[in-house]
Amino acid sequence: MSDVLSVRGLSVSVRDTALVSGVDLTVGAGERVGLIGESGSGKSLTALSILGLLPEDVRADGSVRLDGVDHELVGADERRMSRVRGRDIAMVFQEPMTALNPTMRIGDQLTEAMLIHKTLAKPAARAAAADLLDRVQLPAETLRAYPHQLSGGQRQRVVLALALANDPALLICDEPTTALDVTVQALVLDLIVRGVMDRSSALLFITHDLAVVATVCERVLVMYGGRVVEAGPVSEVFTRPRHRYTEGLLAASDLETTSRRLTTIPGNVPPAGRFPSGCVFRTRCANATALCEELPAWTGSETRGFACHHPAGDADA
Amino acid sequence: MPEQIPTERVPTDQIPAAIQVVDLVRDYPRPRTSLLKPAPVVHALRGVSLEVKQGERFGIVGESGCGKSTLLRLIAALDRATSGQVIVEGTDITRLPERRLRSLRENLQLVFQDPMSSLDPRMRVRDIIAEPLVVQGHPASGARVRELLEAVGLSADAGDRYPHQFSGGQRQRISIARALAPRPRILVADEPVSALDVSVRAQVLNLISDLVDELNLTLVFVSHDLSVVKHVCDRVAVMNAGEIVETGSTGDVYAAPQHPYTQRLVSAIPTLQRALSGATTSDLLAKGDPA
Repeated sequence: MSDVLSVRGLSVSVRDTALVSGVDLTVGAGERVGLIGESGSGKSLTALSILGLLPEDVRADGSVRLDGVDHELVGADERRMSRVRGRDIAMVFQEPMTALNPTMRIGDQLTEAMLIHKTLAKPAARAAAADLLDRVQLPAETLRAYPHQLSGGQRQRVVLALALANDPALLICDEPTTALDVTVQALVLDLIVRGVMDRSSALLFITHDLAVVATVCERVLVMYGGRVVEAGPVSEVFTRPRHRYTEGLLAASDLETTSRRLTTIPGNVPPAGRFPSGCVFRTRCANATALCEELPAWTGSETRGFACHHPAGDADA
Repeated sequence: MPEQIPTERVPTDQIPAAIQVVDLVRDYPRPRTSLLKPAPVVHALRGVSLEVKQGERFGIVGESGCGKSTLLRLIAALDRATSGQVIVEGTDITRLPERRLRSLRENLQLVFQDPMSSLDPRMRVRDIIAEPLVVQGHPASGARVRELLEAVGLSADAGDRYPHQFSGGQRQRISIARALAPRPRILVADEPVSALDVSVRAQVLNLISDLVDELNLTLVFVSHDLSVVKHVCDRVAVMNAGEIVETGSTGDVYAAPQHPYTQRLVSAIPTLQRALSGATTSDLLAKGDPA
């Protein structure tokens, strides 16, 4: 399987504060990879640096390569990035109202996406727009509607149709259903999965909801404090977590437990730049020792591994 | 903490009701759109009846726009019903003037979803927590504030700081401390953990659970997330389009939903267990009609 996206040693910093450090990540063709973590873990920044959409004073270092694009994406100028964005990589954001132009009809926004990248000529783009809406189960009348006339779930489906308009090699979804009701979430998730499967596109799915990731993705990366702390197939990471943070996160989200009390992770997620040196999780970890003041090395391969001095499921742990 | 509280089983019909809602209707008029037609009306609640027993943990579940927040506002006498009755601890509060709602304001306290917008950014935490006491004309002692801070797991020096200096979970703890200040008997929580991260959500849910046990509170817990309600509450009412479509013990409603809407709602919830045993996104969609 060829790698569609390959991220090597990605770091993001603002002035002297490191926000994301040393992220390695590959997504193969047709693969669905989840990126999970709590707020402030750096997952959205990772996505934004892949697209070259970081705010002015935030800097990315490292390497991001996309199959079919012959240049490095980190540090590429706006002219080159704008050719990649929307054609090779598309993104669905959490808030569909800010992702759509409030003054343009839905049909015009959909055709514009195809005309800008010259993937289709105007009459063909019109027909393709109607087809895209049909694929996300919206009626053809939606073409003439403005974003404010649609509900949140309908808007998110329009954003998804827009993202899929040019058959991107990689679709990035950043918390696409967090603002939606559960029944609408179910529909949007299903449309996302079917959309990428029809096109054999790669999917990078960012969320804080473990159950959603387990339903949508095959492989998952767990981020905390700007670092990837564990990675592996969903079925393994969620049944036999090795990193203590993953273990705690799984226990804390288990609402099926019969006991009245939930297992918790003590403390709070520190604000950016206040994470401890060494293992980023050591201030909240019950297993932390003096050894954890040193940065734990990555154990295992890139597709299945973790960075912890005292991993769960070890005899000596 | 005990896993299951051994309560002496009084037959449920002998426990007095903390909250009774009888055929409650709330219509909101919308602005006129035409000179010739009457102003359109939004039916937020279409005849809701329910009863919450004393000491019960009662959940209200529904999606956005189903009327659950309107129902809460009416129970807390923050809004006026179009028709129907709300009886809190034996007193019909539906049409009482504000000056006669004092005992309700003490006995029933609220925790809101967004701890940023429900805490005054210009007040110190100790003043925020003491405010319900001051308003009710009680002496607001520093000792009581410290006691409350301790009860919600914050250090005593937290009282000197401002809300923006706290994280989301800590702010929600402050909201809970404020709600408990006048020693209420009923705690109403409107989506109290929806804005929180998973690891912090568990802490806040435990805190609410512990406090309800310790202080013998009646809990009304509103959420869009049935799995959270299932964990916290004994009984649940499912709302859709301004009506209660199903009521029952949370375990039953979750395991064997009767109403088609509840069935759709339950099947749409992604869970780790189902996903790990091979459920895909198409399994989240109930057979038949997509939402």
